Amino acid sequence: MAHKIPPAESSAEAFSPEDASEWRRTIELPSERGASRLIMEDLLEQLGVHGWSPSDIFAIHLAAEEAIVNAIMHGNKFDPAKIVRVACVVSPTLARIEVTDEGAGFSPAAVPDCRLDERLEAPSGRGVMLMKTFMTRIEYNARGNRVLMEKQRPPAEG
Amino acid sequence: MATHRRIDVSKIGDVSIVRFLDKKILDEASILELGTELFGLVEQDNRKSLLLNFSGVEFLSSAALGKLITLDRKVKSHKGRMKMSSIRPEILEVFQITKLNKIFDIRKDEAEAISAFE
Repeated sequence: MAHKIPPAESSAEAFSPEDASEWRRTIELPSERGASRLIMEDLLEQLGVHGWSPSDIFAIHLAAEEAIVNAIMHGNKFDPAKIVRVACVVSPTLARIEVTDEGAGFSPAAVPDCRLDERLEAPSGRGVMLMKTFMTRIEYNARGNRVLMEKQRPPAEG
Repeated sequence: MATHRRIDVSKIGDVSIVRFLDKKILDEASILELGTELFGLVEQDNRKSLLLNFSGVEFLSSAALGKLITLDRKVKSHKGRMKMSSIRPEILEVFQITKLNKIFDIRKDEAEAISAFE
């Protein structure tokens, strides 16, 4: 099947008529450097539209960026025959991002803790830690090629 | 003098002040270029006192952190000193989460960082 990247203009179609307060979008990204920008602009805009604070938007942006870069680089290893699927849901109280690659998967528990003294100066290995800290919930499938991240926000008063 | 595309370098006394030209440091190609330019300050220009001023930087990814760590190591191996200043709270939190605030000398603003070199 050909890998279709929907144009940015199609995002309006993702609005569900039943629940206008929720934005959903699924996109297939090529395994190329910088491909995250094909979804990130819309995701950040929608977080703003749904009233998320700048610091929450920063946190979600960072987590999403790290997950997508990991999927392209470590998961698919830049294989042009493989895609990364990113599924986003944004509401005023929930941001959910699921990133799936076509790689062999990894074991998150096997990633050394970058905060250990002997790892502090290692130039890589911080993305997974940042994702875990900045999001409310983070889950990997058993194979380790899909990560589901959620950030929850208490509903606004009134 | 090397030309830079990702950074602006000025001097106050002996301190080389580096400002980042990208608001968001996340594009991998830009980060690669950023690394080359930063490392050149130490390895080619032989600058001993570096101040990285982060005012204007809104976002950086873990790949950018990697370059800063490598730069810090190069500075130390050249017997130089490096400080950072003017980091916005969200990015400071990234340094704290990853405990990089233990290896980087982070100061509130440029003036405080410059006086810390003396």
